[in-house]
Amino acid sequence: MKALVKGAGVAGLTAAYELASRGAAVTVVDPRTDMVRAASWFAGGMLAPDCERESAEPLIQELGLGAADWWDAALPGHVVRAGTLVVAPARDTAELARFAARTTGFRTLGEEEIAEFEPDLAGRFRLALHFVREAHLDPRAALTALRGRLETMGVLFVEGEAGSRFDLTLDCTGMARAASDPNLRGVRGEMLILRAPDVTLSRPVRLLHPRFPLYVVPRADHCFMVGATMIESESGRPVTARSMMELLNAAYSVHPAFGEAEIVEAGVGVRPAYPDNLPRVTQSGATISINGLYRHGFLLAPAMAQRAAQMAFSISKTRELAHEAHR
Amino acid sequence: MLSLYGRQLASRLLLGTAQYPSPAILAEAVRASKAEVVTVSLRREMAGGNTGGQFWSLIEQLGVAVLPNTAGCHSVKEAVTTAHMARELFSTNWIKLEVIGNHDTLQPDVFGLVEAARILSGDGFAVFPYTTDDLVVAERLLEAGCQVLMPWCAPIGSAKGPLNIDALRTLRGHFPDVPLVVDAGLGRPSHAATVMELGFDAVLLNTAVAKASDPVAMASAFGKAVEAGHEAFLAGMLEPRDMAVPSTPLIGKAVFS
Repeated sequence: MKALVKGAGVAGLTAAYELASRGAAVTVVDPRTDMVRAASWFAGGMLAPDCERESAEPLIQELGLGAADWWDAALPGHVVRAGTLVVAPARDTAELARFAARTTGFRTLGEEEIAEFEPDLAGRFRLALHFVREAHLDPRAALTALRGRLETMGVLFVEGEAGSRFDLTLDCTGMARAASDPNLRGVRGEMLILRAPDVTLSRPVRLLHPRFPLYVVPRADHCFMVGATMIESESGRPVTARSMMELLNAAYSVHPAFGEAEIVEAGVGVRPAYPDNLPRVTQSGATISINGLYRHGFLLAPAMAQRAAQMAFSISKTRELAHEAHR
Repeated sequence: MLSLYGRQLASRLLLGTAQYPSPAILAEAVRASKAEVVTVSLRREMAGGNTGGQFWSLIEQLGVAVLPNTAGCHSVKEAVTTAHMARELFSTNWIKLEVIGNHDTLQPDVFGLVEAARILSGDGFAVFPYTTDDLVVAERLLEAGCQVLMPWCAPIGSAKGPLNIDALRTLRGHFPDVPLVVDAGLGRPSHAATVMELGFDAVLLNTAVAKASDPVAMASAFGKAVEAGHEAFLAGMLEPRDMAVPSTPLIGKAVFS
């Protein structure tokens, strides 16, 4: 089977991987010359199905449970399995109780255990929830490595037109599809990358706040991704001062040494979402579409890619049978 | 029927539209609550011009009245500008006026509020001011042209319920003919019932529904509590007393034989 994958964000690359692993000849086309405009470039990279359950439907948790294993198998060495730490400022401990009531898969840590897990947070929080089976990765490193991996598997990457001799098209164009899919909407997310040589964290830390729940994800070289706002808007304009203030406040509340951090980058991504904020794999003729990954790109892309690949091969099988019957 | 700036409403519950797990759940919650007015925050969605498009068309599809708000505005100027943008965008002269005085607690800046209310009333807006339970501020707001008052009963999002019943009673007692809507601070349906039993005309809430485990069921529960509280107020409730009073006459009961 010859398949064309449109879009080289996390949905497109994972789909290309699933198709190529099953023996398809895959071409990936993306109008962008690099990946820096894809929403997934600005992702946090948290593989956190249990934490997400706080505000998402059970389906998100189910679909996301296999994500860490998938990424680990596709890109050995990229996944860090250290769980997630959820904390709240002293006056917002009610938020911690609320979070705990809506989620599963955590252990409650006291001050001593917090210090054991994250020595830099010693004495800063009395209570934390440790979501044991969660993991994280660096989305940019992962996207780049996955592309490299796909190239060694024989997947072709082209810019612009890819021709038309394909059995099947996989539309993974994210927000670009909103023009033809009226159900799709954009949810703006703003994020910062900070370099803080004085801070060491081993796992993502989520800071609960009644209005600005934010997270800090450690990356290489004492860099930290701080994210992400959720604004009902399709605007890709630069980060607002207000959002930056909120993001910096959150980082500062996790550790005051973030006050001395360098601001390496302030980014904005627009996440594609359907009205129920659930992802969809749909089929129309010889086109399969994966979209609506919302804030769960790296968490859900593997399961969506597997679904789409199964669908693709069952379509191509049906066609072959039909073809043979005609002969 | 409740009448707000000439609009007749069967439901006495007004719902906020922020913080729901998804727009689909928001839509279901609005339906379940039977609310006929939803309030929509304008300020943040405006980032980058007219770009909240898809979310707004989802709100429009709800088929209820939209009460745009100026949430997040910290100055008179900001609030007035936002109100004018809202009027254009939603084609309504209704505005829920918020002028925030404290970034952390979101306590209203009542001085700025009165000033902004006066400007906007002069500009032809129907102003719904988000205020504290202070009587004098309420008088100033009415004098500035407001025909509805929206006092908090506890800080916004705190879910504490009515903290100062006396202040709420005072407002109701002083303004028997002004529609009074409790805005902010309600955590559970019993809180809503309590303020409706005090004779308030309606309640407006958001977080208590949006952040519930099941927002749709909670919206329905609040709808019922608001109705029950209002009906109880109309029905006339007993005042508590110190002594037990039997509900059936004692004379002739077997207990005396």
